[in-house]
Amino acid sequence: MSVLVYTESENGKFKKAAFEVVSYAKAVADQMGTTVTAVTVNADDSDSLGAYGASKVLSVKDESLSKFDAKKYAAIIEQAAKNESAKVVVLSSSADSKYLAPLLAVGLDAGYVSNVVDAPSSTSPFTVKRTAFTNKAFANTEINTDVKIVGLSNNSFGIVEAGGSASVEDFSPSIPDSGVSVESVDKATDKVSIADAEVVVSGGRGLKGPENWGMIEELADVLGAATACSKPVSDLGWRPHGEHVGQTGKPVASNLYIAIGISGAIQHLAGINASKVKVVINTDPEAPFFKAADYGVVGDAFEVVPTLIEKLKAFKAQNA
Amino acid sequence: MKILVCISHVPDTTSKINFTDGDTKFDTNGVQFVINPNDEFGLTRAMWFKEKQDASVDVVNVGGAETEPTLRKALAIGADTAIRVNTEATDGFSVAKQLAKVVNDGGYDLVIAGRESIDYNGGMVPGMLAAMTGANFVTNCISLEIDGTSAKAVREIDGGKETVSTSLPLVIAGQKGIVEESDLRIPNMRGIMMARKKPLNVVEPIDVTSETTTASFEKPAPKGAVKLVDADNIDELVNLLHNEAKVI
Repeated sequence: MSVLVYTESENGKFKKAAFEVVSYAKAVADQMGTTVTAVTVNADDSDSLGAYGASKVLSVKDESLSKFDAKKYAAIIEQAAKNESAKVVVLSSSADSKYLAPLLAVGLDAGYVSNVVDAPSSTSPFTVKRTAFTNKAFANTEINTDVKIVGLSNNSFGIVEAGGSASVEDFSPSIPDSGVSVESVDKATDKVSIADAEVVVSGGRGLKGPENWGMIEELADVLGAATACSKPVSDLGWRPHGEHVGQTGKPVASNLYIAIGISGAIQHLAGINASKVKVVINTDPEAPFFKAADYGVVGDAFEVVPTLIEKLKAFKAQNA
Repeated sequence: MKILVCISHVPDTTSKINFTDGDTKFDTNGVQFVINPNDEFGLTRAMWFKEKQDASVDVVNVGGAETEPTLRKALAIGADTAIRVNTEATDGFSVAKQLAKVVNDGGYDLVIAGRESIDYNGGMVPGMLAAMTGANFVTNCISLEIDGTSAKAVREIDGGKETVSTSLPLVIAGQKGIVEESDLRIPNMRGIMMARKKPLNVVEPIDVTSETTTASFEKPAPKGAVKLVDADNIDELVNLLHNEAKVI
């Protein structure tokens, strides 16, 4: 009756979120007096999960699974969970994990709670804290089924090194046919995605036009950050939809969120509220973002941002 | 093609969120309810299929009588028939179960729902519904074309997008991009008048036990005041981010 965790990888390498979900699973397993089993698909170095608390890894290697398929991956995790008699299954909040989670929940007759931000406050009844109302509130939710699925919000628990080791076993579940086939994937490989980013640099209408995004990208580059934008900017077509963060766009849960020329409409603030440290740069000291931010600079972005880039470069050179 | 669009009845995006009854219930006092934005994008795409490909479009909500104005708005936008499953929506699983019954009874080819509702953000109903009815499923959908029984869809992934081919019966979880913000329709007077005469069928729920229960809500702890840094002293900002916030 172990805790099962699905650890995502890309081109064989674990995503950062994989280590976080294992750390979380370890905390849950400790509370329940059991161990953690991870399931991986086409990942190298599966034994590295031991350092975060997995004692066993079920390693699936199958060329036909090189592209993500929600139905097939859900079937793999379902069989792994049954194999291990797992009572709790832990997933990340990546787009792929959120895609497969409801399919897995039906397959396992398991209650599923997404956007969980903390270890269970109780294991009987099994109670977890999750965000609700797009980060404007939290809900303490009980899962009443025998098997439980927890979708952990990225960057909410952190990576905890447990210093153990894991045994790796080959796992060959049966793979169902899928009614959905991937034709093509269009993904910038040189850019950090908003979901994976520790730092997000976001621009608003205060930047006056798409031609002024060079400094946003440069700042993001210096910080190893993802770029994002406010809703008006995406509606105006200055930036792609995929960069829109806020209530109807993508949620952001980064360690550092830098808002440049964004006034801070309630819908925007809701979407980025889960970020740990917020910095705002805006000419208008009355902008609502200053009430939500940790650090603020009242000033013209066209002067402040280039200076910030220069100072950060100097800082990096010094601390390299 | 028979299309069913799932409509969540949610607080307007500008709503202040408060709770009552010892923080166990959402306080609806003074809150304006709207069609969930992600659902409205999907509904608008469904109207395109109705107009260009002769599809029929029904809308459904699981909820009490208070959700009917939201369904009427969907009818005013152009849906043919509304269905309300007469029970309180308690969790994603029980809502999906109720919807699966509606889908099976109605023989729908295509179900369009929103990626998630903006109130509980569970993001699970469309996927569960697909698994329960044996339909194909594409989430985070930002483009959808149907040709006969084949479908081509684009799914937003972390850091990009993915084009997939699939077939009906199909459940789609849509979001902005499936149509643009500028494609959204504000119901006109004629639409509103017609919506009053369109059928809004109330069906009784099936017996389902929720898998999850929310014991209580809480609001985020109040934040401390912002620390202002002078625009001429950006060194100080770098210093604070490094030494105090420890994020760089």
